[in-house]
Amino acid sequence: MTTQTREVVVNTEPFVVNFGPAHPSTHGVFRMRMTLDGEVIVDMEPVFGYLHRGIEKLAEERTYTQVIPLTDRLDYLASMNNNLAYCLAVEKLAGIAVPERAEYIRVIIAELQRIASHLCAVGFFLNDCGAFMTPVLYMLRERERILDLFDMVCGQRLTYNYMRVGGVSQDFPDEFIPAVAKFIGEMPGWLDEYERLLKENEILLARAKGVGILPRDLAINIGASGPVLRASGVPWDIRKADPYSIYDRFEFDVPVGLAGDCYDRYRVRVEEMRQSLRILRQAIKDLPGGEVRSQVPHLIRPPAGEAYGHLEGPRGELGFYLVSDGSIAPYRFHVRAPTFINLTALSDMMRGWKVADAIIVFGSIDICMGEVDR
Amino acid sequence: MTLALSGKDITKKIEKKFPGCVAEAAAESLLVKGEALSEVAAYLKNTPGLDFDYLTAVSGVDYLDYFEVVYHLTSIKHNHSLVLKARCYNRENPALPSVVSLWRTADFQEREIYDLLGISFTGHPNLKRIALWDGFEGHPLRKDFL
Amino acid sequence: MAMQMLPPDWPGNFWAHWAIFAVAVLVFVLLMVIVFIWFERRAMAVMQARLGPNRAGPFGLLQSVADALKILIKEDIIPARGDKVVHWLAPVVAFVPVLLVFAVVPFRGGALLADLNIGILYIVAISSVTTVGVFMAGWASNNKYSTLGAMRQVASVVSYEIPVVLSLVGVILLAGSLSMQQIVAAQDIPFILLQPLGFLLFFTGALAEINRAPFDLTEADSELVAGYMTEYSGMKFGLFFLAEYGEALAISAIVTTIFLGGWRGPVLPDWLWFLVKVFIVFFVIVWVRTTVPRLRIDQLMALAWKFLFPLALLNLLITAIEILVWPAASLWVFVPINIAIAIVLVVLWSRFFKLGWGKVEV
Repeated sequence: MTTQTREVVVNTEPFVVNFGPAHPSTHGVFRMRMTLDGEVIVDMEPVFGYLHRGIEKLAEERTYTQVIPLTDRLDYLASMNNNLAYCLAVEKLAGIAVPERAEYIRVIIAELQRIASHLCAVGFFLNDCGAFMTPVLYMLRERERILDLFDMVCGQRLTYNYMRVGGVSQDFPDEFIPAVAKFIGEMPGWLDEYERLLKENEILLARAKGVGILPRDLAINIGASGPVLRASGVPWDIRKADPYSIYDRFEFDVPVGLAGDCYDRYRVRVEEMRQSLRILRQAIKDLPGGEVRSQVPHLIRPPAGEAYGHLEGPRGELGFYLVSDGSIAPYRFHVRAPTFINLTALSDMMRGWKVADAIIVFGSIDICMGEVDR
Repeated sequence: MTLALSGKDITKKIEKKFPGCVAEAAAESLLVKGEALSEVAAYLKNTPGLDFDYLTAVSGVDYLDYFEVVYHLTSIKHNHSLVLKARCYNRENPALPSVVSLWRTADFQEREIYDLLGISFTGHPNLKRIALWDGFEGHPLRKDFL
Repeated sequence: MAMQMLPPDWPGNFWAHWAIFAVAVLVFVLLMVIVFIWFERRAMAVMQARLGPNRAGPFGLLQSVADALKILIKEDIIPARGDKVVHWLAPVVAFVPVLLVFAVVPFRGGALLADLNIGILYIVAISSVTTVGVFMAGWASNNKYSTLGAMRQVASVVSYEIPVVLSLVGVILLAGSLSMQQIVAAQDIPFILLQPLGFLLFFTGALAEINRAPFDLTEADSELVAGYMTEYSGMKFGLFFLAEYGEALAISAIVTTIFLGGWRGPVLPDWLWFLVKVFIVFFVIVWVRTTVPRLRIDQLMALAWKFLFPLALLNLLITAIEILVWPAASLWVFVPINIAIAIVLVVLWSRFFKLGWGKVEV
């Protein structure tokens, strides 16, 4: 009797799964069309635009000062930075100088905002890794203290509308600086506590180290910025490369990662929080007196021309390209949205990994849909 | 500080390589002809000394006679920047060559300009609408839309 | 099948005795599950710097009751193209085995529903049936997310059965019997001291079997919404939820019986000792959930096969050697020896086995 060998071929074919737009862990309304082969991601196509509100068109019908609340709604987790970037662009366009005290105030507020935004980013990244809600809740507790500080200054907790062209809208109340000093004193202790639990956590390392690597050349080529770029080994920080406001007076380091994976992005954000505290300590010490807003007409009419004003926001390089035709409203208002551009490499970072890793990679880029869709 | 290169300095270098491609060289920006955009961009990216490896932003503007696309280029290595512009005068079917093959940043940004202003970028691998849904008619950022 | 002899003062015959006790056990289980849900929410809240439910009833004690009532009155949505019979049966198949496990758990000295002399074997066999229910749920929902979740669940349960059963065998060798009653009777020294490695292996494996963090990827709501439970609503979802906490209660009860000495203890009444120990074990389970991030499926399987399984074999070998070579020695001698061996093995093995930063080939 002859024996026959038969090859049994199991037919598998990839299938397409939609993640989102309403999904508990896509931060905001974001849809990913993934082609899966079993558990492995073969291809991924991001689809967004669900939060598109036409801010760029709306800004063309508002005066320069009326646009500031619109900028709040771009990256709503770091509104102060949006306001600041826009005011920098208008000041560049119209050649308006900013008084000393206003510059210091801007730096203090921007760095506080950076800490608040990174707390949110890191907390939700850890939530995506599966540490159920504990790190998020601890970090949101600290973020609440920063939001209380902002409440003290401008009466708002999320969309502040605090910066103005030529300065800020109002001065600090007397109890603000002591409250900030108290916060700066306690925050390093809290950061150390989070680090103790998480930095060397075996499971976090297993989930995030080596996952979602963004190589250095690809990061530069796709125009990544912020912690995503720095974690890939490129020491490019607008505060050092093209200092705006008075950042050249402060001493601080720029944390740079080595591998460009999710773990490095997480570490870069935590270290940036520490550096922000360092800047805050120096800024509070040197805060001068004076007025907080230079004399600027109610309806600003910049001369015809264009300007590109940018700053280092918590998510990357936030820039505003403004074109003026001499009237009271901008002719063209374009936002260089860092998270929109960082998303370009998302499919590259996810290819070859599993579904569970996709969420982690996505969380580590730290997007805010208000800015992606505008 | 990032040194903003003047358009006039760059013109000299480019005119030698690609004569006749520069339409206007201003102090802050450099306007090249639409057809020459790909070559000039490649030259700016690959020439040592210029090394514009980082495309910061691509913006489109609708000046009623023409459309203008503005490229903000930066060199991380040398820390200098340049503003490159290109115009297209065709109102019905504006088109420009795409720079996606040089800087992948332009992938989403050119799609957005196509979506909101209607400028097509030849050579773009996936020129679909990005912010609005696929069946939308019209291009909202144009000055004559609403 | 050995039957417990009737104490002389019980009215009625065997069947009345059985009926009363069965109802008592069922009531106990369901009540404890409700209490456990409340306990978990409060304990997690305290560890997360917030309050937890505190409005429904004093200290939020009626919160679970309110949730149960809410679930009962919700509309029952059945996916149009799913397999309707399987969809209906799945929660039943998933929940009933959990109740069946409690038939052999000794609640107090001499009180348990059925003193099977194969107690542990029965528990291991019955608790695997839950997985069938889970897979039925994933299949019948006609939903890619559910199917993926169910398949992950089956893979993880199958992988972790082996270290769990092997660590149980160590206990059986020491006690000399499969019967739960005999195991408690044999624990003059609680087996957690005599089998520290076995305890760690069993605890980890059991966490994976009942899908609690850090092994809860089948219900990770940051990934596949609710996994195999996505398409369930109303009381069917309630049954899955009850099954999950029921399993946690079952594991706590089993760990208490097998490793902590069951109802034995010096001063307090024995049923109180049993409850206290069950609560302590459950608290540790909740503690682990609140603290640790989640493993990925391939890391989970790698942990089972490359880390727990060899250690379980070694544990069995060492226990067997100890019993064979020194049958007459007092068991207290083995306590420090076993603890030292456990520490050495765990530390050594972790050097060789990392969860593999990034891709892990399973």
